[in-house]
This record gives sequence, structure tokens and C-alpha cells, in this order.
Amino acid sequence: MEVQLLLLFMILGAVVAVEIEDLLSSVIAVGAVGLGLSLAFLILKAPDLAITQLVVEILCLIILIRATIKKDLPLIRDGRWFFNTTSTLLFIALFLLFAYFALKELPNFGAPIMRVAKEYVETGLAKTGATNLVAAIILDFRGYDTLGEATILFTAVMGVLAVMRRVGRIKNVPKDE
Amino acid sequence: MSEYILCLVLFCIGLYCVLRKRNIIKIVIGLGIIEYAVNLFFILVGYRLHGRAPILAKDQVIPNMVDPLPQALVLTSIVIGLAVTALIVAIAIRIYEKYGTFDITKIRRLKG
Amino acid sequence: MSRKMNNSKEYYRDPEGIREKSLHSGKEPKTGMTLIVKTITRLTVGLILLYGIYIVLHGHLSPGGGFAGGVIIALSFIHLMLAFGKELALKKLSQVAASILESLGAIMFLSVALLGFTGSYFFLNFFLHKGRPFDLFSAGIIPLCNIAISLKVGAGLFAIFVALVLFKGLGKEE
Repeated sequence: MEVQLLLLFMILGAVVAVEIEDLLSSVIAVGAVGLGLSLAFLILKAPDLAITQLVVEILCLIILIRATIKKDLPLIRDGRWFFNTTSTLLFIALFLLFAYFALKELPNFGAPIMRVAKEYVETGLAKTGATNLVAAIILDFRGYDTLGEATILFTAVMGVLAVMRRVGRIKNVPKDE
Repeated sequence: MSEYILCLVLFCIGLYCVLRKRNIIKIVIGLGIIEYAVNLFFILVGYRLHGRAPILAKDQVIPNMVDPLPQALVLTSIVIGLAVTALIVAIAIRIYEKYGTFDITKIRRLKG
Repeated sequence: MSRKMNNSKEYYRDPEGIREKSLHSGKEPKTGMTLIVKTITRLTVGLILLYGIYIVLHGHLSPGGGFAGGVIIALSFIHLMLAFGKELALKKLSQVAASILESLGAIMFLSVALLGFTGSYFFLNFFLHKGRPFDLFSAGIIPLCNIAISLKVGAGLFAIFVALVLFKGLGKEE
């Protein structure tokens, strides 16, 4: 019951964020959606994720606000607006139709098939000695995925520092012959 | 079942925003909403009714735990989403400095 | 009686600008935010850093771990920069130091992973005994990995923020 109410609040926040023209207001609305998601993680018994989603959302808001200060865009409707909107809605309706067929195959809400995780839950404490099972999974049973994620973060930091440079490549010094 | 459908509606709102808006910052916002919807869907699949969080307590045997494997995957995905958002915003700031606008229909030249 | 009409947030009459002169007594430059924000920041930024370190160290006992703790440590430095201006924050942790710390975290994580080669596996839990549960020094390599990841994430996100904020356009001074 609480999960559905939170999902309705998130959908309302998302509609506000998409349709409002002022950039600062839509960034704040996305922040509200993220905080609602953190509450939903807490209700679905995932405390690790709630803490991480909360602090990551705050950092994401700070970065987005930095990009949107004093830069607005007026709304112009050009000639092919009707065709574009109709084809987008048609595409989304087709997507929902196929998704409905896929959703019927899922197990019921609240009865998961824990075929792989059953072994992690039963032997987690004996094999690793950690009482937080999620930390044991990401750092011991599936440590290779965490190595891949550390690589992605490193690449992203290098990418931002390279894009935000003030000096470009050094031009070729003309050879004097 | 209704929770899955609401989660899918959230995904479709984000998809509409990515496809139809002309401002780069609005596209980044739509991408963020898509990412929230996908993470929530993973956790909804692995939830057990009247389950408990996957953390052991002292001198207690817990028979019903929620699935800890999707939580491990989503933890990685949240931090990756932050890295991708930061990179797109950096590129957008650079585009504004070069072209003077955030409108994607006016950014056509690929070299320079 | 002359009234000072300035655009700052003072809503009462100030005949000779006495209040403005006493606020800035000439010792600090006028960067950063107002006095209330600076006072609260001085009181709380150390506590935020301590809380981040606590979440990292207890990652194998209670919810949290390396990623959340690393982001909280980065947020404490960003808070310092937002409230006081960029000179003071860069004196605490400069850009070169942030790059070095991030690379150090990545190297530490990779070397802990490769040391599993001693047991002919990758990522082996090579500590011989794992300690009792619910202790702070238990669970093998997991606390070491948490500390390495938190260094990497915290320093990396602070480097991203400094690069985004201090960007000045080519030939345009704001």
C-alpha cells in the first residue's frame, strides 16, 4: 500500500519535471523524485541502497544546478510538431504492448525465485565472516564486478578533467628546413 | 502487479522526455528518470512479503530475507549513473561555451 | 541623514555604513556566503567527515560500505568550498592531491585483488582466519577493500566538482 502511494508521488514529480519550462524548477522536481525513491528503497527493506541513493541524489542536484544558472530556452513550436508527437506516442504505445506480455511471465509481487541467492544467504557468514550480506556479495562473491565499476568511475573522472581543459592540443611547430 | 505497471509508467515518462525535448538539460533530466525507474524495478522483483533486510543480527536465525543479489547489482548501478550524469553535464557546459545555446536543433556541425 | 541604499540583505537604515564596516574588519576578503552559513559550516563540517569515515569502517557490520561513505567524504569538502570560497577549500585539498589520492585508492584495490594469485585464485580471501562475527576486525579483506574504494570515490568526485566549477571560458572572464 505504501509502495503504491510513493510511486504515485514519484510519477507526479516526474510529470512536473518534464513539463515545466523553467530549468531550475525542473531540476528541483527531479530532486524530489530521487528523495521519493530513497524512501521507497527503505520501505522495500534495502537500507544500503537508501543511504547511497540519498547522498548520490544530493551530489547530482549540485552538479545540475551548476549547469543551469542563467541559461534558459524559450519554447518554439516548429512545423512538424504534430507528426513528431504522434509518432512518439505511437512508439510508446507499442512498447507498452510488448512490455505487458513480458510482465505476465514475472513471478507474483512478493514471492521471488531465489535460486542463486539461496546459497549466498545460507553460507555467507561461514565463508566470509561478514554480517552485512550485501557487502559480502559485492566484495567477495562478486568482486570482479566491483573492479569493473571502479574502472568506470576512474574513466569518468578522466573524461571530465579532459573535457574541461583550457588549453587544447599543442599545435605542430613548423619545421624550418 | 500494479506496482510493476506504475514503475513502467515512470519509465515511459522519462522516455518521452528524452525523445521530445530540445534542451540538453531536459534530456539529462529524462535520462535520470529512466535510471530511477530501472533501479526501482530491480528491487521490486526481489522483494519478499514480510521479509527482513539482508543483515544478520546477534543470536537470531532469520528464515525470511529479501533477495540480496539485486541489491548488490543496483548499488553498482546508482554510482555509475552519477558518473554518466557528471560527464554529460561537462560536455553540455562545453557546448554552451562554444555555440552559445543549449538547443539541439542548432548544433549541427560536427567538426571544429 | 543619509540612507545607504545597497543591494545587500539589510533592511534597516544604516546612516554611515557602520554595520558594514564592522562586519568586514579588513581581515577576511568578501568571498563565500553570509556569516550565518560560515558559522554553521565551521561547527558541522568536521562531524560530516567523521560520519563518512564511520560508515566506511563499519561497512561489513551495518548498512553502508565504501561507495556511500566515499560520497559523504566528498560532500564534506564540497560543503567547505561552497561556504567559504575556493581558495580556502583548495588549501585543504588541492587538485594535485586529489588526483594522487584517487590513483592511490585504485592501486590499493587492484593490488588487494591481485594478491589472490598467491592462492591460485583471483580475489581470494587470503586472510587466514576471519575473526569472530560482529567484531570490527573481522571478515578478511572486506574492510581493506572498503577503505580503498572510499578513497577513490571521494577524491574522484571532489576532482570532478572542482573541474566543473572553476571552468572559465576561453577569453571570457566572469
